[in-house]
Amino acid sequence: MGLRIIKSGIADSIQDMGRYGYQHLGIPPGGAMDRIAATVANTLIGNRLAEPVLEMHFPAASILFESSMMIAITGADFGAEINGIEVLINQPILVPSNAELRFKKHKKGAKVYLSVEEGFATSKWLNSGSTNFQLHKGGYEGRTLCKNDILHFNNQEDLEIDTLTHLPWRASMAEFYTDNRIDFMVGAEYSFLEKISQTSMVTNQFKINNQSNRMGYRLEGQALLLSSKKECLSSAVSFGTIQLLPNAQMIVLMADHQTTGGYPRIGQVASSSLPSLAQISVGDFISFDLVTHDEAEADFLQQQQNLQQLQNACNFRLQEYFKNE
Amino acid sequence: MVQSAPYQVYAIGDQGITLDYGGEMSESVNSKIFQLYKVLKEWQPDAVLDIIPAYHSISLIYDLMKIKKLAGSYTAFQFLEMKLKLMEATIADATGELITRKIDIPVCYDASLGPDLQELAMAHQLTEETFIKIHVQQVYRVYMIGFMPGFAYMGCVDQRIMSPRKANPRTYVPAGSVGIAGSQTGIYPFDSPGGWQIIGQTPLLLFDANNESPTYLEPGDEVRFHQISLNEFHHLKNKSS
Repeated sequence: MGLRIIKSGIADSIQDMGRYGYQHLGIPPGGAMDRIAATVANTLIGNRLAEPVLEMHFPAASILFESSMMIAITGADFGAEINGIEVLINQPILVPSNAELRFKKHKKGAKVYLSVEEGFATSKWLNSGSTNFQLHKGGYEGRTLCKNDILHFNNQEDLEIDTLTHLPWRASMAEFYTDNRIDFMVGAEYSFLEKISQTSMVTNQFKINNQSNRMGYRLEGQALLLSSKKECLSSAVSFGTIQLLPNAQMIVLMADHQTTGGYPRIGQVASSSLPSLAQISVGDFISFDLVTHDEAEADFLQQQQNLQQLQNACNFRLQEYFKNE
Repeated sequence: MVQSAPYQVYAIGDQGITLDYGGEMSESVNSKIFQLYKVLKEWQPDAVLDIIPAYHSISLIYDLMKIKKLAGSYTAFQFLEMKLKLMEATIADATGELITRKIDIPVCYDASLGPDLQELAMAHQLTEETFIKIHVQQVYRVYMIGFMPGFAYMGCVDQRIMSPRKANPRTYVPAGSVGIAGSQTGIYPFDSPGGWQIIGQTPLLLFDANNESPTYLEPGDEVRFHQISLNEFHHLKNKSS
């Protein structure tokens, strides 16, 4: 009862909502890069919101379902096909056994999430199923997935699904994303920036360069200058912290970030914009919009409320659907 | 009258907050950090995910939804800012000794394990023996853990042996290597690239992922080094692996 990787993708891994409570020991929180897409993948099929999901990039793994399963695919649109039939993202799908899931075309976004009903039987480390590559712990043997790996399902029932079926509800995702416009707040060392660089930050576009990964997105664009050069002793940083590197370029810390840092923290991506940022591909451009702290709080709370409503609606539809069967 | 140190409270985005005394590395400021760390840990509600002490700052990483529920009509940030200020006030005139773990770490300073020792001793016009003696006679505090899991930043190193980082960082520093960078001393828990001056190596395992508390050192620990021979090093190394 599980799925088999029949062709490996690039750095595909099991992730959940992160490993918290250990950052004072230098252990990064990790977790899904796009928390909204990962949450919605679980929501659509009635899972616990923090259930570990499979995070994939393009070209993504090809997957054989060795047993039937209810799944959802969210996040990026990589032209998913099951047994050669195009399937919809953001909608629950009943998959018969021996079906093959392939991702054919990079259409939009950078990270796709796959959830299965009741989740994957992953190994937890320090209370989280997220994969920590550095320490080789959590997720699937603490590593990215390879050909012939088998991910077992928690749900061991035979679901008796004969035909590929889309269930009749879908999540509307547009409201959660702002494409390449990223909201940020000023950081503790924002005032160290030259006035002209403060302006540059919001008037220029910045490219996500090819040294970007789950630890951080390195940006490439107009050089930003500091008016005062102050040495900072290291202190805590977080998912979304924008630091200015000695080469006058920015790095945005992502899910697998170091827990502390000493480079000037010139800004912080609003939590509500992190999913949008996670979905930008290497080589693409972003632009920054400055928001106040209160706006950032309000936007995130609104997003969470929308997620809550979606969850209620999905749970209702699930109950109705399986009652009528 | 006890003068409370000035500090700033600022946001790290919309789900983090830092109380920062600023300035240089100092033991008195760091003592305050650890007093705060203690009271914050006692208070820590579910909504606070992480409490991260550093040299002169302490940060909370929190779940905005859950803090907002506690915050009533305040924003989450305002609520936590008030909390932090109240707690800072309670420790402002605390003079009690910090109760800390005392950790003893064996270090072999043999040239094969501490490749920078000879050059550093020469630069400081000390014999290697004196350099080592100065390094082991100090009691160090773990100011913070960062850079990599379990990497403890400790201070303060005696002025006579303070040494700048290497101009050209090494691409490979073996796990257990004991280094000096400025007034800090630290131990690499993993094989890693690194720019610290390496003066010795401990046979202890500084990070064990299979342990419930995976790091050997924790913030606030008091650490003492003691010198061991190359034979003892190998003996202990075999035992710990």
